[in-house]
Amino acid sequence: MSSIAALAAAALVAGCGGGGSTGSSGADGNTLTLWTHNAGNAAEYGVVKQVVKDFNASQSTYKVKIQAFPQGSYNDSVVAAASARKLPCLLDVDGPNVPNWAWGGYLAPLDLSKGQVAVKDQLPSTVGTYQNKTYASGFYDVALTLYSRKSVLKKYDIRVPTLDKPWTKAEFTDALAKIKAGGTFKNALDLGTGDPGEWWPYAYSPMLQSFGGDLIDRSTYKTAKGALNGDKAVEWGKWFRSLVTKGDAPQKSSKSPGDDFRNGKTAIQWDGSWSAQANIDKFGSDLAILPPVDFGNGPKIGGASWQWAMSSTCSNKAGAQAYLNFSRQTKYFVDFAKATGTIPATDAAAQQVKGYETGGQFNIFLKEAQKFAVVRPVTPAYPYISTVFSKTAMDILAGADVKGALDQAVSQIDNNLSTSNYATGS
Amino acid sequence: MSTRPAAGAPPTRPATQGRARRRESLAALGMVSPAVFLLLLFFVVPVVLAFALAFTNARLVSPVPAQFTGLQNFRTLLDDPLFYKSLRNTFYFAAVVVPLQGGLALVLALLVNAKVKGVNFFRTVYFIPVVTSMVVVSILWTFMYQKAGLVNELISHLTFGLVHGPDWLNNPSTSMPAIILMSVWQGVGFHMIIWLAGLQTIPQDLYEAADIDGATRWVRFRYVTWPGLRTTRTFVLITITIAAFSLFAQVSVMTQGGPLDSTTTVVYQAVQTGYAQQQTGYASAISLVFFVLVLAVSLVQRFLTREKG
Repeated sequence: MSSIAALAAAALVAGCGGGGSTGSSGADGNTLTLWTHNAGNAAEYGVVKQVVKDFNASQSTYKVKIQAFPQGSYNDSVVAAASARKLPCLLDVDGPNVPNWAWGGYLAPLDLSKGQVAVKDQLPSTVGTYQNKTYASGFYDVALTLYSRKSVLKKYDIRVPTLDKPWTKAEFTDALAKIKAGGTFKNALDLGTGDPGEWWPYAYSPMLQSFGGDLIDRSTYKTAKGALNGDKAVEWGKWFRSLVTKGDAPQKSSKSPGDDFRNGKTAIQWDGSWSAQANIDKFGSDLAILPPVDFGNGPKIGGASWQWAMSSTCSNKAGAQAYLNFSRQTKYFVDFAKATGTIPATDAAAQQVKGYETGGQFNIFLKEAQKFAVVRPVTPAYPYISTVFSKTAMDILAGADVKGALDQAVSQIDNNLSTSNYATGS
Repeated sequence: MSTRPAAGAPPTRPATQGRARRRESLAALGMVSPAVFLLLLFFVVPVVLAFALAFTNARLVSPVPAQFTGLQNFRTLLDDPLFYKSLRNTFYFAAVVVPLQGGLALVLALLVNAKVKGVNFFRTVYFIPVVTSMVVVSILWTFMYQKAGLVNELISHLTFGLVHGPDWLNNPSTSMPAIILMSVWQGVGFHMIIWLAGLQTIPQDLYEAADIDGATRWVRFRYVTWPGLRTTRTFVLITITIAAFSLFAQVSVMTQGGPLDSTTTVVYQAVQTGYAQQQTGYASAISLVFFVLVLAVSLVQRFLTREKG
C-alpha cells in the first residue's frame, strides 16, 4: 500500500514539474505543425488545406503540416496541449478566447505588417488583441440579424426598418403585438433560446448593450458593477422576461429555430448571417433581412469569429510568421467567405464575394459588422463571464427576480476578477 | 513437470519449489501490472491530484502557478448558494430514484422470471434503454418533453383533452421529476438483470417445499424470495445510490442545471466550475466534499445492511 502511495506521489511530482519546464515545440526544424478546429467542416477545411498547399509550394524553406480536430473537442485539446507544452506553432482560436489564451501564455504576439492585406483594412472584430498587442487575425466575421418576410410585415402594416432607421423598442413591441394578435404564427419572435453555451452571450449581450448595459465596465475591466446590474441592465432583463410572459417568444426554442422560421412557424427570427442563404433559397425576394432593434443605445451585434494565431512555445517563430503573412492575401479572404457563407473581413474581398458586394443582398451584414459590432469583453476573464451571463440570462427568462439575478452575477464576476490575479498575468 | 528431478532428492526440493513459486509470483505480477498501471494512472493519480488541488487556487488556463490557499476553497463553498441547491437536488434525486428504480426493477425481474414463452423478448425490451447511450436517450426525451411533445400529446389524448401537460423541462417544479422519470426508465433494466441473477440463485427446492406446505404467493415471496435476495439487495442498493449521486449527463444535455437551478447537481456544478469556468482548484474542492459525502452514505448503507448475528 505504501509503495502505491509513493508511486502516486512520484507521478504527482513528475506531473507538476513537467509544466514548468522551458520546452518549446510545435515545429520539427522547418516543418511546422498547424492545428485547426475544422475536421468535420469540409468547406472551411478545404480552404485551410489550399492555403497550406500554396504556402508549401511558394517557397522551399518551410513546410506546414495540418492536424484537424472536431470543433467540439478543439478547445480542450489546446488547453491540454498547452499544459503539456505541446502546442503546435500555428493554431486557430475562437475570437473571444484570444485574451484568455494570450494571458495564459499560450499565444505569441504577431507582426502582421508584411502581408498583402493591411491589418487596418480588416474589420476590427476580426483582429484579436490583448493589452495593445495583436495575437490573432481572422479571415471573416459573422453578423446577427433579424429575419422576417416582406409579405408578413406588409400584411400587419409594420414599417420595414433600415440600417439608418432601425426599429425602436416601442416599434418592435408594437410589431410583435400585431403579429401575435393576427394568430397565424406559433411564435411572433424566436430568439433561438434552445441552444446552450456561447450563443447566449453572443446573441443576447448585444441587446443588453443596446439598452445601455454591458457585461463588464469597459473603462477598467475590473468590475461588472453598474454595467451588468445598473438600471439599464435591469430594464433589459425585464424586457427579456416579458417576451416570455407576454407570449411573444418561446422560453425555450426548438432545436432548429431556422427550420421553424422557414416552415412558417415563426414571424421574426433573431439569427446569424450564416442562415441567410438557406432563407433566401426558401423565400427568395420575399425574405426581409433586418437590422437589429435600437433599444436606446443604438443597435448592437456581437463581433469576432475564428482567427489564426501562433503559439508562444513555437520553436520556429520565423516560419510561423512567414506562413501567417503569406496567408494574408485577398484571394484567401474571398475563399474563406465563399466556403463558409460568412462576411469577408476586408472591403476588397467583399467586392469579390457574390452577395456581399456593394448593393448585394448580403451587403447589409458587412455594414452591420462595420457599424454595430461590439467584441465580447477583451479580458482573460471572458470564459468565466460568458458562463455566468448565460446562466443569469436563462434564469431571467425562467422567471428569476431580475435585479437579484443580475446582482448575483456581478458579485460572482467581481469575485473572479479579484481572485484570479489577471493583472499580474500578462 | 516431467522434467523435474526424481522425487527422491530431498535437499534440492525446497529450493526448486521456492524458485518455481518465485517464478509464478513474478508471472502473476507481470500479468497484473497493466491493470495496476492503468488503475494508478487513471484512478489513483487523479484522485490524489484532486485532493491536492482542492487546497490551491489552480486554474485551467493561467500563467501564474497554483498557490496553496489552505481552506479558502472550502470557505467559499460554504457561502455558495448554488452548492446548497446542487446538494439538495442531488439528495432529492437519490431519495426518489433509489427506492423507485430498485423496487420497479424487482417487480420487473419477478415478472420476467416466470417460465413462460417469449420471456426473453421482454427481458430484451426492458434492457434496450440500458445499452442506449444516456446522451442519446436524453436528447430523445428532450423532444418528448416539449410543450407539444409526445408526453403531453399522450396526456391530452388519454384525458380526452381535459389535461394539458406542463412545459416539463422549463418549469422549475416539473423539471426534476421529468429527469427522474426518464432516468428510472433508462436504468431500471440494468438492475432488473441483477435482481434476476439473484432470483436464479435461490434453490428451487425451497419453492417446492413451500408449495407442499401450501404457501400463498405472498408468503413464498416474503419467506423464500426476499431473504434469498439479501446480498443482491445490498449490491443493488449501493450501486443505485452511487449512480444516483453522480447524476450528470441528463442534466448537461437536457436542462444545463436550469430552470432556476432546479436541476443542478453537485457533479454538474463541479464539471461546470472546472471546465467552463476554469476554476480547477474550486472544482476539486467540490469533488472532494462530494467524495466524502458519497463515502459516508455508502458506509451507512453498508452498516445498515450488514450481516447480523
